[in-house]
Amino acid sequence: MRAAFVIARQEFLDALRNKWVLSATLVLAGFALTLAYLGSAPVGTVGVAPLGVTVVSLSSLTVFLLPLLGLLLSYDAVVGESERGTLLLLLSYPVRRWQFLMGKFLGHLVVLTVAVVMGYGAAGLFAAWQLDNITAQEACAYGVMMASSILLGAVFVGLGYTISSFVRERATAAGMALSVWLGLVVIYDFILLGVLTKGGDFLGNGLFNGLLLANPADAYRLLNLSSFDVTANLTGMAGLASNGQATAIASLISLALWVAVPTVVAGLIFSRREP
Amino acid sequence: MKANAMTEDAIVSLKEIKKSYDGVRTLDGIDLELRPGEALGLIGHNGAGKTTLMKIILGLIEPSAGKAKVFGMNPSGGLHGAVAQRWGFLPEAVNFSGAMSGLEALRFYARLKGSDVRKCPEQLASVGLTDAAHKRLKAYSKGMRQRLGLAQALLGKPELLLLDEPTTGLDPDFTRTFYRLIDERRQAGAAVILSSHALAELEPHVDRLLVLQQGKCIAQGDLSALRVQTGLPVRIRVSGDDGAVREKLADLADVQSNRINGRTVEFICPPEQKMALIELVCRTRGVEDLQIELPNLDRIYSHYSKQGNTGKAEGGTEQ
Repeated sequence: MRAAFVIARQEFLDALRNKWVLSATLVLAGFALTLAYLGSAPVGTVGVAPLGVTVVSLSSLTVFLLPLLGLLLSYDAVVGESERGTLLLLLSYPVRRWQFLMGKFLGHLVVLTVAVVMGYGAAGLFAAWQLDNITAQEACAYGVMMASSILLGAVFVGLGYTISSFVRERATAAGMALSVWLGLVVIYDFILLGVLTKGGDFLGNGLFNGLLLANPADAYRLLNLSSFDVTANLTGMAGLASNGQATAIASLISLALWVAVPTVVAGLIFSRREP
Repeated sequence: MKANAMTEDAIVSLKEIKKSYDGVRTLDGIDLELRPGEALGLIGHNGAGKTTLMKIILGLIEPSAGKAKVFGMNPSGGLHGAVAQRWGFLPEAVNFSGAMSGLEALRFYARLKGSDVRKCPEQLASVGLTDAAHKRLKAYSKGMRQRLGLAQALLGKPELLLLDEPTTGLDPDFTRTFYRLIDERRQAGAAVILSSHALAELEPHVDRLLVLQQGKCIAQGDLSALRVQTGLPVRIRVSGDDGAVREKLADLADVQSNRINGRTVEFICPPEQKMALIELVCRTRGVEDLQIELPNLDRIYSHYSKQGNTGKAEGGTEQ
Protein backbone atom coordinates (compact mmCIF):
# COMPACT_ATOMS: atom_id res chain seq x y z
CA MET A 1 0.00 0.00 0.00
CA ARG A 2 2.94 2.30 0.71
CA ALA A 3 3.87 2.21 -2.96
CA ALA A 4 0.41 3.52 -3.88
CA PHE A 5 0.84 6.48 -1.53
CA VAL A 6 4.30 7.25 -2.85
CA ILE A 7 2.91 7.35 -6.40
CA ALA A 8 -0.14 9.38 -5.32
CA ARG A 9 2.10 11.93 -3.65
CA GLN A 10 4.29 12.20 -6.71
CA GLU A 11 1.28 12.53 -8.98
CA PHE A 12 -0.09 15.39 -6.92
CA LEU A 13 3.29 17.14 -6.70
CA ASP A 14 3.64 16.84 -10.48
CA ALA A 15 0.19 18.37 -10.94
CA LEU A 16 1.16 21.23 -8.63
CA ARG A 17 4.47 21.67 -10.44
CA ASN A 18 3.07 21.78 -13.95
CA LYS A 19 0.32 24.21 -12.84
CA TRP A 20 -2.45 21.67 -13.38
CA VAL A 21 -3.96 22.26 -9.94
CA LEU A 22 -3.68 26.02 -10.30
CA SER A 23 -5.31 26.20 -13.72
CA ALA A 24 -8.11 23.78 -12.85
CA THR A 25 -8.82 25.73 -9.65
CA LEU A 26 -8.85 29.04 -11.50
CA VAL A 27 -11.17 27.72 -14.21
CA LEU A 28 -13.60 26.31 -11.67
CA ALA A 29 -13.44 29.43 -9.48
CA GLY A 30 -13.91 31.70 -12.50
CA PHE A 31 -17.00 29.86 -13.68
CA ALA A 32 -18.43 29.50 -10.18
CA LEU A 33 -17.96 33.17 -9.31
CA THR A 34 -19.41 34.30 -12.64
CA LEU A 35 -22.44 32.08 -12.22
CA ALA A 36 -22.92 33.09 -8.60
CA TYR A 37 -22.82 36.72 -9.59
CA LEU A 38 -24.61 36.59 -12.94
CA GLY A 39 -26.68 33.43 -12.48
CA SER A 40 -29.90 35.44 -12.31
CA ALA A 41 -29.18 37.53 -15.40
CA PRO A 42 -31.45 35.38 -17.63
CA VAL A 43 -34.39 36.31 -15.42
CA GLY A 44 -33.55 40.00 -15.51
CA THR A 45 -31.49 40.74 -12.46
CA VAL A 46 -27.79 41.20 -12.02
CA GLY A 47 -26.37 40.58 -8.60
CA VAL A 48 -25.60 37.66 -6.37
CA ALA A 49 -28.30 35.07 -6.97
CA PRO A 50 -29.81 33.00 -4.18
CA LEU A 51 -27.55 30.03 -3.47
CA GLY A 52 -30.16 27.59 -4.78
CA VAL A 53 -29.99 29.25 -8.20
CA THR A 54 -26.21 29.00 -8.16
CA VAL A 55 -26.38 25.30 -7.33
CA VAL A 56 -28.64 24.74 -10.32
CA SER A 57 -26.60 26.74 -12.81
CA LEU A 58 -23.25 25.54 -11.49
CA SER A 59 -24.20 21.87 -11.54
CA SER A 60 -25.46 22.24 -15.12
CA LEU A 61 -22.01 23.49 -16.03
CA THR A 62 -20.19 20.93 -13.90
CA VAL A 63 -21.84 18.12 -15.83
CA PHE A 64 -19.77 19.18 -18.83
CA LEU A 65 -16.65 20.48 -17.13
CA LEU A 66 -15.70 17.90 -14.49
CA PRO A 67 -15.87 14.90 -16.84
CA LEU A 68 -13.54 16.78 -19.16
CA LEU A 69 -11.12 17.58 -16.32
CA GLY A 70 -11.22 13.98 -15.13
CA LEU A 71 -10.45 12.60 -18.57
CA LEU A 72 -7.71 15.15 -19.20
CA LEU A 73 -6.02 14.12 -15.96
CA SER A 74 -6.22 10.42 -16.57
CA TYR A 75 -6.19 9.56 -20.27
CA ASP A 76 -2.41 9.25 -20.47
CA ALA A 77 -1.84 7.75 -17.01
CA VAL A 78 -0.69 4.42 -18.44
CA VAL A 79 -0.12 4.97 -22.14
CA GLY A 80 1.70 8.26 -21.54
CA GLU A 81 4.13 6.69 -19.07
CA SER A 82 4.55 3.80 -21.44
CA GLU A 83 5.35 6.11 -24.37
CA ARG A 84 7.78 8.24 -22.37
CA GLY A 85 9.50 5.06 -21.24
CA THR A 86 8.98 5.69 -17.54
CA LEU A 87 6.55 2.80 -17.02
CA LEU A 88 9.08 0.03 -17.60
CA LEU A 89 11.38 1.40 -14.92
CA LEU A 90 8.57 2.06 -12.45
CA LEU A 91 7.17 -1.45 -12.75
CA SER A 92 10.61 -2.94 -12.09
CA TYR A 93 10.24 -1.43 -8.61
CA PRO A 94 8.32 -3.18 -5.82
CA VAL A 95 5.05 -1.79 -7.18
CA ARG A 96 2.17 -3.99 -8.20
CA ARG A 97 0.01 -2.97 -11.12
CA TRP A 98 -3.03 -2.25 -8.98
CA GLN A 99 -0.87 -0.18 -6.63
CA PHE A 100 0.29 1.89 -9.57
CA LEU A 101 -3.30 2.58 -10.67
CA MET A 102 -4.47 3.11 -7.10
CA GLY A 103 -1.67 5.63 -6.59
CA LYS A 104 -2.56 7.47 -9.78
CA PHE A 105 -6.23 7.44 -8.75
CA LEU A 106 -5.57 8.82 -5.28
CA GLY A 107 -3.29 11.52 -6.68
CA HIS A 108 -5.80 12.56 -9.31
CA LEU A 109 -8.62 12.49 -6.77
CA VAL A 110 -6.69 14.90 -4.57
CA VAL A 111 -6.10 17.18 -7.57
CA LEU A 112 -9.85 17.23 -8.33
CA THR A 113 -10.74 17.71 -4.68
CA VAL A 114 -8.39 20.65 -4.26
CA ALA A 115 -9.66 22.29 -7.46
CA VAL A 116 -13.35 21.81 -6.60
CA VAL A 117 -13.08 22.70 -2.93
CA MET A 118 -11.02 25.81 -3.63
CA GLY A 119 -12.79 26.86 -6.82
CA TYR A 120 -16.38 26.20 -5.87
CA GLY A 121 -15.68 26.85 -2.20
CA ALA A 122 -14.46 30.34 -3.03
CA ALA A 123 -17.65 31.08 -4.93
CA GLY A 124 -19.74 29.62 -2.11
CA LEU A 125 -17.99 31.79 0.47
CA PHE A 126 -18.35 34.83 -1.77
CA ALA A 127 -22.10 34.16 -2.07
CA ALA A 128 -22.41 33.59 1.66
CA TRP A 129 -20.67 36.90 2.30
CA GLN A 130 -22.94 38.78 -0.13
CA LEU A 131 -26.23 37.19 0.83
CA ASP A 132 -27.79 37.43 4.23
CA ASN A 133 -30.43 34.77 3.90
CA ILE A 134 -28.98 31.36 3.29
CA THR A 135 -31.07 28.47 4.48
CA ALA A 136 -29.54 25.35 5.90
CA GLN A 137 -30.99 23.42 2.99
CA GLU A 138 -29.31 25.70 0.47
CA ALA A 139 -25.96 25.33 2.19
CA CYS A 140 -26.46 21.60 2.29
CA ALA A 141 -27.36 21.50 -1.41
CA TYR A 142 -24.20 23.45 -2.19
CA GLY A 143 -22.09 21.06 -0.15
CA VAL A 144 -23.64 18.03 -1.83
CA MET A 145 -23.01 19.68 -5.20
CA MET A 146 -19.30 20.11 -4.39
CA ALA A 147 -18.91 16.56 -3.12
CA SER A 148 -20.80 15.00 -6.03
CA SER A 149 -18.80 17.10 -8.50
CA ILE A 150 -15.64 15.42 -7.19
CA LEU A 151 -17.38 12.07 -7.51
CA LEU A 152 -18.40 12.85 -11.09
CA GLY A 153 -14.81 13.79 -11.88
CA ALA A 154 -13.62 10.53 -10.32
CA VAL A 155 -15.98 8.56 -12.59
CA PHE A 156 -14.24 9.97 -15.62
CA VAL A 157 -10.80 9.54 -14.10
CA GLY A 158 -11.59 5.83 -13.88
CA LEU A 159 -12.88 5.78 -17.45
CA GLY A 160 -9.69 7.53 -18.53
CA TYR A 161 -7.60 4.74 -16.96
CA THR A 162 -9.62 2.10 -18.78
CA ILE A 163 -8.87 3.82 -22.07
CA SER A 164 -5.26 4.43 -21.11
CA SER A 165 -4.59 0.80 -20.16
CA PHE A 166 -6.22 -0.42 -23.33
CA VAL A 167 -4.66 1.60 -26.15
CA ARG A 168 -1.11 1.61 -27.50
CA GLU A 169 -0.78 5.29 -28.39
CA ARG A 170 -1.43 8.49 -26.55
CA ALA A 171 -3.23 10.08 -29.48
CA THR A 172 -5.68 7.18 -29.63
CA ALA A 173 -6.33 7.59 -25.92
CA ALA A 174 -7.06 11.30 -26.38
CA GLY A 175 -9.50 10.57 -29.21
CA MET A 176 -11.26 7.86 -27.26
CA ALA A 177 -11.48 10.06 -24.17
CA LEU A 178 -13.17 12.76 -26.23
CA SER A 179 -15.62 10.20 -27.66
CA VAL A 180 -16.48 8.93 -24.19
CA TRP A 181 -17.08 12.49 -23.06
CA LEU A 182 -19.30 13.30 -26.03
CA GLY A 183 -21.14 10.00 -25.76
CA LEU A 184 -21.94 10.10 -22.06
CA VAL A 185 -22.32 13.81 -21.51
CA VAL A 186 -23.92 15.04 -24.73
CA ILE A 187 -25.19 12.36 -27.10
CA TYR A 188 -26.80 10.09 -24.50
CA ASP A 189 -29.17 12.88 -23.46
CA PHE A 190 -30.02 13.76 -27.05
CA ILE A 191 -30.97 10.17 -27.78
CA LEU A 192 -33.00 9.93 -24.61
CA LEU A 193 -34.78 13.18 -25.46
CA GLY A 194 -35.40 12.01 -29.00
CA VAL A 195 -36.94 8.75 -27.85
CA LEU A 196 -39.04 10.68 -25.35
CA THR A 197 -40.46 13.09 -27.96
CA LYS A 198 -40.98 10.44 -30.62
CA GLY A 199 -43.11 8.30 -28.39
CA GLY A 200 -42.09 8.34 -24.82
CA ASP A 201 -45.19 6.47 -23.75
CA PHE A 202 -43.62 3.06 -24.13
CA LEU A 203 -40.78 4.32 -21.96
CA GLY A 204 -42.42 3.92 -18.63
CA ASN A 205 -41.57 6.34 -15.85
CA GLY A 206 -39.52 3.64 -14.17
CA LEU A 207 -37.50 2.79 -17.26
CA PHE A 208 -36.88 6.45 -18.00
CA ASN A 209 -35.61 7.04 -14.48
CA GLY A 210 -33.49 3.93 -14.80
CA LEU A 211 -31.94 5.17 -18.03
CA LEU A 212 -31.15 8.49 -16.40
CA LEU A 213 -29.58 6.77 -13.44
CA ALA A 214 -27.55 4.52 -15.70
CA ASN A 215 -25.59 7.47 -17.04
CA PRO A 216 -23.19 9.07 -14.55
CA ALA A 217 -23.79 12.60 -15.87
CA ASP A 218 -27.56 12.22 -15.54
CA ALA A 219 -27.21 10.59 -12.15
CA TYR A 220 -25.26 13.68 -11.11
CA ARG A 221 -28.02 15.91 -12.52
CA LEU A 222 -30.71 13.97 -10.71
CA LEU A 223 -28.81 14.18 -7.46
CA ASN A 224 -28.30 17.93 -7.65
CA LEU A 225 -31.39 19.13 -9.44
CA SER A 226 -34.08 17.07 -7.86
CA SER A 227 -33.12 15.75 -4.49
CA PHE A 228 -33.47 19.05 -2.63
CA ASP A 229 -36.76 20.97 -2.72
CA VAL A 230 -34.87 24.21 -3.10
CA THR A 231 -33.38 23.12 -6.43
CA ALA A 232 -36.15 20.79 -7.60
CA ASN A 233 -38.68 23.60 -7.51
CA LEU A 234 -36.34 25.82 -9.53
CA THR A 235 -35.76 23.23 -12.23
CA GLY A 236 -39.24 21.86 -12.51
CA MET A 237 -37.88 18.44 -11.72
CA ALA A 238 -39.96 18.14 -8.60
CA GLY A 239 -42.40 15.94 -10.46
CA LEU A 240 -39.77 13.80 -12.12
CA ALA A 241 -38.42 12.48 -8.92
CA SER A 242 -41.08 12.89 -6.33
CA ASN A 243 -39.11 10.95 -3.78
CA GLY A 244 -36.02 13.10 -3.32
CA GLN A 245 -34.21 10.94 -0.84
CA ALA A 246 -34.60 7.72 -2.81
CA THR A 247 -33.37 9.49 -5.96
CA ALA A 248 -30.38 10.86 -4.10
CA ILE A 249 -29.42 7.43 -2.82
CA ALA A 250 -29.94 5.80 -6.21
CA SER A 251 -27.82 8.47 -7.94
CA LEU A 252 -25.07 8.09 -5.40
CA ILE A 253 -25.05 4.32 -5.90
CA SER A 254 -24.90 4.83 -9.66
CA LEU A 255 -21.99 7.26 -9.35
CA ALA A 256 -20.15 4.98 -6.93
CA LEU A 257 -20.54 2.04 -9.32
CA TRP A 258 -19.35 4.21 -12.17
CA VAL A 259 -16.21 4.99 -10.18
CA ALA A 260 -15.57 1.41 -9.09
CA VAL A 261 -16.33 -0.61 -12.22
CA PRO A 262 -14.18 1.25 -14.81
CA THR A 263 -11.30 1.52 -12.31
CA VAL A 264 -11.38 -2.21 -11.63
CA VAL A 265 -11.69 -2.94 -15.37
CA ALA A 266 -8.69 -0.66 -15.96
CA GLY A 267 -6.76 -2.64 -13.35
CA LEU A 268 -7.62 -5.94 -15.04
CA ILE A 269 -6.61 -4.69 -18.49
CA PHE A 270 -3.45 -3.12 -17.13
CA SER A 271 -2.38 -6.28 -15.32
CA ARG A 272 -2.37 -8.09 -18.68
CA ARG A 273 -0.48 -5.34 -20.46
CA GLU A 274 3.17 -6.00 -21.26
CA PRO A 275 5.29 -2.95 -20.60
CA MET B 1 21.90 -33.22 -4.65
CA LYS B 2 24.77 -31.02 -5.54
CA ALA B 3 23.06 -29.66 -8.65
CA ASN B 4 20.09 -28.80 -6.49
CA ALA B 5 22.20 -26.83 -4.05
CA MET B 6 23.74 -24.91 -6.94
CA THR B 7 20.32 -23.97 -8.23
CA GLU B 8 19.35 -22.74 -4.80
CA ASP B 9 22.17 -20.28 -4.45
CA ALA B 10 21.79 -19.07 -8.02
CA ILE B 11 20.42 -15.53 -8.15
CA VAL B 12 18.95 -16.02 -11.58
CA SER B 13 17.94 -19.38 -12.90
CA LEU B 14 16.27 -19.71 -16.28
CA LYS B 15 15.26 -23.02 -17.80
CA GLU B 16 14.13 -23.47 -21.38
CA ILE B 17 12.66 -19.97 -21.52
CA LYS B 18 10.55 -19.33 -24.58
CA LYS B 19 8.62 -16.24 -25.48
CA SER B 20 6.56 -15.61 -28.58
CA TYR B 21 4.52 -12.65 -29.68
CA ASP B 22 1.75 -13.44 -32.15
CA GLY B 23 3.49 -16.64 -33.20
CA VAL B 24 6.88 -14.99 -33.63
CA ARG B 25 9.57 -16.39 -31.34
CA THR B 26 11.43 -13.64 -29.53
CA LEU B 27 13.21 -16.06 -27.22
CA ASP B 28 13.76 -19.71 -27.92
CA GLY B 29 14.93 -22.04 -25.20
CA ILE B 30 17.22 -19.90 -23.07
CA ASP B 31 19.01 -21.49 -20.11
CA LEU B 32 20.93 -19.39 -17.69
CA GLU B 33 22.32 -19.65 -14.17
CA LEU B 34 23.86 -16.66 -12.53
CA ARG B 35 25.45 -16.79 -9.10
CA PRO B 36 26.53 -14.04 -6.69
CA GLY B 37 29.53 -12.08 -7.91
CA GLU B 38 29.17 -13.19 -11.51
CA ALA B 39 28.89 -10.74 -14.36
CA LEU B 40 27.23 -11.80 -17.56
CA GLY B 41 27.56 -9.96 -20.84
CA LEU B 42 24.44 -10.23 -22.93
CA ILE B 43 25.33 -9.58 -26.52
CA GLY B 44 23.47 -9.70 -29.78
CA HIS B 45 22.07 -7.50 -32.52
CA ASN B 46 19.12 -5.21 -31.96
CA GLY B 47 16.00 -7.31 -31.69
CA ALA B 48 17.93 -10.42 -30.69
CA GLY B 49 15.87 -10.65 -27.49
CA LYS B 50 18.18 -9.04 -24.93
CA THR B 51 15.58 -6.66 -23.53
CA THR B 52 12.88 -9.35 -23.57
CA LEU B 53 15.16 -11.59 -21.53
CA MET B 54 15.69 -8.82 -18.97
CA LYS B 55 11.95 -8.18 -18.77
CA ILE B 56 11.36 -11.85 -18.03
CA ILE B 57 13.98 -11.82 -15.26
CA LEU B 58 12.31 -8.69 -13.85
CA GLY B 59 8.92 -10.39 -13.90
CA LEU B 60 7.50 -7.71 -16.19
CA ILE B 61 6.43 -10.26 -18.76
CA GLU B 62 5.74 -13.93 -18.37
CA PRO B 63 7.53 -16.47 -20.54
CA SER B 64 5.36 -18.47 -22.93
CA ALA B 65 7.14 -21.60 -21.75
CA GLY B 66 9.95 -22.50 -19.38
CA LYS B 67 10.76 -21.64 -15.80
CA ALA B 68 12.24 -18.43 -14.46
CA LYS B 69 13.44 -18.11 -10.89
CA VAL B 70 15.04 -15.05 -9.38
CA PHE B 71 16.24 -15.27 -5.77
CA GLY B 72 14.51 -18.64 -5.77
CA MET B 73 11.11 -17.17 -6.56
CA ASN B 74 8.95 -16.68 -9.61
CA PRO B 75 9.58 -13.00 -10.41
CA SER B 76 6.15 -12.42 -11.95
CA GLY B 77 4.36 -14.15 -9.10
CA GLY B 78 2.74 -12.75 -6.00
CA LEU B 79 6.04 -12.00 -4.27
CA HIS B 80 7.20 -9.53 -6.91
CA GLY B 81 7.53 -6.85 -4.23
CA ALA B 82 9.91 -8.93 -2.12
CA VAL B 83 12.24 -9.77 -5.02
CA ALA B 84 11.98 -6.37 -6.69
CA GLN B 85 13.55 -4.79 -3.63
CA ARG B 86 16.70 -6.81 -4.21
CA TRP B 87 17.42 -5.86 -7.80
CA GLY B 88 18.32 -2.70 -9.66
CA PHE B 89 17.43 -2.09 -13.28
CA LEU B 90 18.64 0.46 -15.79
CA PRO B 91 16.47 0.34 -18.90
CA GLU B 92 17.76 1.27 -22.31
CA ALA B 93 17.55 5.04 -22.92
CA VAL B 94 16.15 5.64 -19.44
CA ASN B 95 13.67 8.49 -19.08
CA PHE B 96 12.09 10.29 -16.16
CA SER B 97 9.05 12.47 -15.71
CA GLY B 98 10.23 15.97 -16.58
CA ALA B 99 8.56 18.00 -13.86
CA MET B 100 10.84 16.77 -11.07
CA SER B 101 14.41 17.68 -10.27
CA GLY B 102 17.09 15.01 -10.26
CA LEU B 103 17.14 14.82 -6.48
CA GLU B 104 13.36 14.66 -6.23
CA ALA B 105 13.27 11.85 -8.77
CA LEU B 106 15.90 9.86 -6.89
CA ARG B 107 14.01 10.39 -3.61
CA PHE B 108 10.83 9.18 -5.28
CA TYR B 109 12.52 5.97 -6.37
CA ALA B 110 14.16 5.55 -2.97
CA ARG B 111 10.75 5.82 -1.30
CA LEU B 112 9.32 3.23 -3.68
CA LYS B 113 12.14 0.86 -2.91
CA GLY B 114 12.00 1.56 0.80
CA SER B 115 15.62 2.71 0.98
CA ASP B 116 16.97 5.64 2.94
CA VAL B 117 15.90 8.96 1.39
CA ARG B 118 18.56 10.89 3.32
CA LYS B 119 21.32 9.16 1.40
CA CYS B 120 20.07 10.46 -1.95
CA PRO B 121 22.31 13.57 -2.19
CA GLU B 122 25.34 11.37 -1.51
CA GLN B 123 24.22 8.89 -4.17
CA LEU B 124 23.78 11.70 -6.69
CA ALA B 125 27.30 12.85 -5.88
CA SER B 126 28.67 9.38 -6.62
CA VAL B 127 27.41 9.65 -10.20
CA GLY B 128 28.62 13.23 -10.50
CA LEU B 129 25.25 14.96 -10.47
CA THR B 130 25.63 17.18 -7.41
CA ASP B 131 25.56 20.36 -9.47
CA ALA B 132 22.47 19.25 -11.36
CA ALA B 133 20.61 17.94 -8.29
CA HIS B 134 18.08 20.75 -8.32
CA LYS B 135 17.82 21.12 -12.04
CA ARG B 136 14.60 19.99 -13.69
CA LEU B 137 14.91 16.68 -15.50
CA LYS B 138 13.61 18.33 -18.66
CA ALA B 139 16.95 20.12 -18.87
CA TYR B 140 18.99 16.93 -18.42
CA SER B 141 21.12 15.71 -21.30
CA LYS B 142 21.08 12.09 -22.35
CA GLY B 143 24.29 11.42 -20.43
CA MET B 144 22.89 13.04 -17.29
CA ARG B 145 19.73 10.93 -17.50
CA GLN B 146 21.93 7.87 -17.83
CA ARG B 147 23.86 8.91 -14.70
CA LEU B 148 20.64 9.35 -12.77
CA GLY B 149 19.52 6.02 -14.19
CA LEU B 150 22.60 4.39 -12.69
CA ALA B 151 22.03 6.12 -9.34
CA GLN B 152 18.48 4.74 -9.14
CA ALA B 153 19.63 1.26 -10.19
CA LEU B 154 22.14 1.25 -7.32
CA LEU B 155 19.54 2.29 -4.70
CA GLY B 156 19.30 -0.07 -1.76
CA LYS B 157 22.49 -1.97 -2.61
CA PRO B 158 20.94 -4.44 -5.07
CA GLU B 159 22.08 -8.07 -5.19
CA LEU B 160 21.22 -8.26 -8.87
CA LEU B 161 21.90 -5.53 -11.40
CA LEU B 162 20.36 -5.53 -14.86
CA LEU B 163 21.79 -2.91 -17.16
CA ASP B 164 20.44 -2.57 -20.68
CA GLU B 165 22.84 -0.75 -23.03
CA PRO B 166 24.03 1.32 -20.07
CA THR B 167 26.93 3.24 -21.53
CA THR B 168 25.38 4.64 -24.71
CA GLY B 169 25.59 8.41 -24.51
CA LEU B 170 28.14 8.44 -21.69
CA ASP B 171 31.44 10.24 -22.04
CA PRO B 172 34.57 8.08 -21.70
CA ASP B 173 35.35 9.65 -18.35
CA PHE B 174 32.06 8.72 -16.78
CA THR B 175 32.08 5.35 -18.50
CA ARG B 176 35.09 4.52 -16.31
CA THR B 177 33.27 5.70 -13.17
CA PHE B 178 30.28 3.72 -14.31
CA TYR B 179 32.18 0.45 -14.54
CA ARG B 180 33.96 1.18 -11.26
CA LEU B 181 30.59 1.50 -9.48
CA ILE B 182 29.34 -1.68 -11.14
CA ASP B 183 32.50 -3.59 -10.26
CA GLU B 184 32.17 -2.41 -6.64
CA ARG B 185 28.70 -3.92 -6.40
CA ARG B 186 29.97 -7.08 -8.01
CA GLN B 187 32.81 -7.39 -5.54
CA ALA B 188 30.24 -6.98 -2.78
CA GLY B 189 28.57 -10.12 -4.14
CA ALA B 190 26.00 -8.80 -6.59
CA ALA B 191 25.30 -10.60 -9.83
CA VAL B 192 25.38 -8.36 -12.89
CA ILE B 193 23.83 -8.67 -16.32
CA LEU B 194 25.11 -6.15 -18.84
CA SER B 195 23.98 -5.79 -22.39
CA SER B 196 26.06 -3.64 -24.64
CA HIS B 197 27.13 -2.94 -28.17
CA ALA B 198 30.42 -1.53 -27.02
CA LEU B 199 32.04 -4.95 -26.79
CA ALA B 200 35.58 -3.71 -26.28
CA GLU B 201 34.69 -1.75 -23.15
CA LEU B 202 32.49 -4.58 -21.86
CA GLU B 203 35.25 -7.18 -22.01
CA PRO B 204 37.13 -6.44 -18.78
CA HIS B 205 33.92 -6.22 -16.76
CA VAL B 206 32.20 -9.49 -17.55
CA ASP B 207 33.35 -13.02 -16.93
CA ARG B 208 30.72 -14.82 -18.93
CA LEU B 209 28.94 -14.24 -22.18
CA LEU B 210 25.59 -15.14 -23.57
CA VAL B 211 25.35 -14.51 -27.29
CA LEU B 212 21.80 -14.15 -28.54
CA GLN B 213 20.74 -14.30 -32.11
CA GLN B 214 17.11 -14.09 -33.12
CA GLY B 215 16.04 -15.33 -29.73
CA LYS B 216 18.39 -18.29 -29.68
CA CYS B 217 21.41 -18.65 -27.47
CA ILE B 218 24.21 -19.36 -29.92
CA ALA B 219 27.03 -19.36 -27.38
CA GLN B 220 27.38 -19.24 -23.64
CA GLY B 221 30.32 -19.62 -21.34
CA ASP B 222 33.29 -17.88 -19.82
CA LEU B 223 35.42 -15.75 -22.09
CA SER B 224 38.53 -17.94 -22.19
CA ALA B 225 36.53 -21.09 -22.91
CA LEU B 226 34.70 -19.33 -25.72
CA ARG B 227 38.01 -18.15 -27.12
CA VAL B 228 39.26 -21.72 -27.38
CA GLN B 229 35.91 -22.97 -28.60
CA THR B 230 35.82 -20.53 -31.49
CA GLY B 231 39.26 -21.69 -32.64
CA LEU B 232 40.00 -18.09 -33.53
CA PRO B 233 43.73 -17.57 -34.02
CA VAL B 234 45.96 -15.86 -31.51
CA ARG B 235 48.21 -13.19 -33.01
CA ILE B 236 51.74 -13.09 -31.68
CA ARG B 237 54.05 -10.33 -32.84
CA VAL B 238 57.70 -10.92 -32.43
CA SER B 239 60.33 -8.23 -32.98
CA GLY B 240 64.05 -8.57 -33.06
CA ASP B 241 67.05 -7.01 -34.78
CA ASP B 242 68.52 -10.07 -36.38
CA GLY B 243 66.96 -10.94 -39.71
CA ALA B 244 68.39 -14.47 -39.72
CA VAL B 245 66.82 -15.26 -36.37
CA ARG B 246 63.56 -13.96 -37.69
CA GLU B 247 63.70 -16.19 -40.75
CA LYS B 248 64.63 -19.18 -38.64
CA LEU B 249 61.70 -18.60 -36.34
CA ALA B 250 59.34 -18.32 -39.28
CA ASP B 251 60.59 -21.66 -40.58
CA LEU B 252 60.35 -23.46 -37.29
CA ALA B 253 56.88 -22.48 -36.34
CA ASP B 254 54.33 -24.42 -38.29
CA VAL B 255 52.01 -21.44 -38.46
CA GLN B 256 51.08 -18.68 -40.83
CA SER B 257 53.24 -15.58 -40.56
CA ASN B 258 53.19 -12.08 -41.96
CA ARG B 259 55.99 -9.55 -42.11
CA ILE B 260 54.77 -6.32 -40.57
CA ASN B 261 58.04 -4.44 -41.16
CA GLY B 262 61.72 -5.08 -41.17
CA ARG B 263 61.78 -5.76 -37.46
CA THR B 264 58.49 -7.48 -36.76
CA VAL B 265 56.76 -10.68 -37.79
CA GLU B 266 53.21 -11.54 -36.88
CA PHE B 267 52.31 -15.17 -36.32
CA ILE B 268 48.72 -16.20 -36.64
CA CYS B 269 48.42 -19.39 -34.68
CA PRO B 270 45.57 -21.65 -33.60
CA PRO B 271 44.82 -21.32 -29.87
CA GLU B 272 46.01 -24.84 -29.04
CA GLN B 273 49.51 -24.05 -30.45
CA LYS B 274 49.83 -20.78 -28.59
CA MET B 275 51.93 -22.07 -25.69
CA ALA B 276 54.25 -24.11 -27.94
CA LEU B 277 54.93 -21.09 -30.11
CA ILE B 278 55.58 -18.80 -27.15
CA GLU B 279 58.02 -21.32 -25.72
CA LEU B 280 59.81 -21.44 -29.04
CA VAL B 281 59.96 -17.67 -29.28
CA CYS B 282 61.43 -17.41 -25.82
CA ARG B 283 64.17 -19.89 -26.66
CA THR B 284 65.16 -18.07 -29.84
CA ARG B 285 68.15 -15.76 -29.61
CA GLY B 286 67.75 -12.18 -30.75
CA VAL B 287 64.07 -11.81 -29.97
CA GLU B 288 63.59 -8.47 -28.22
CA ASP B 289 59.88 -8.17 -27.78
CA LEU B 290 56.76 -10.23 -27.84
CA GLN B 291 53.13 -9.13 -28.07
CA ILE B 292 50.21 -11.51 -27.70
CA GLU B 293 46.82 -10.48 -29.01
CA LEU B 294 43.98 -12.76 -28.00
CA PRO B 295 40.81 -12.68 -30.08
CA ASN B 296 38.72 -9.91 -28.54
CA LEU B 297 35.03 -9.83 -27.85
CA ASP B 298 34.32 -8.23 -31.21
CA ARG B 299 35.95 -11.12 -33.03
CA ILE B 300 34.32 -13.73 -30.83
CA TYR B 301 30.95 -12.15 -31.38
CA SER B 302 31.28 -11.82 -35.12
CA HIS B 303 32.48 -15.43 -35.29
CA TYR B 304 29.35 -16.64 -33.50
CA SER B 305 26.95 -14.42 -35.33
CA LYS B 306 28.29 -15.65 -38.69
CA GLN B 307 28.02 -19.22 -37.47
CA GLY B 308 24.49 -18.55 -36.23
CA ASN B 309 23.52 -17.18 -39.61
CA THR B 310 24.74 -20.17 -41.56
CA GLY B 311 23.16 -22.48 -38.98
CA LYS B 312 19.88 -20.76 -39.49
CA ALA B 313 20.15 -20.96 -43.29
CA GLU B 314 20.72 -24.72 -43.09
CA GLY B 315 17.75 -25.12 -40.82
CA GLY B 316 15.69 -23.22 -43.36
CA THR B 317 16.60 -25.52 -46.26
CA GLU B 318 15.84 -28.62 -44.23
CA GLN B 319 12.31 -27.47 -43.83
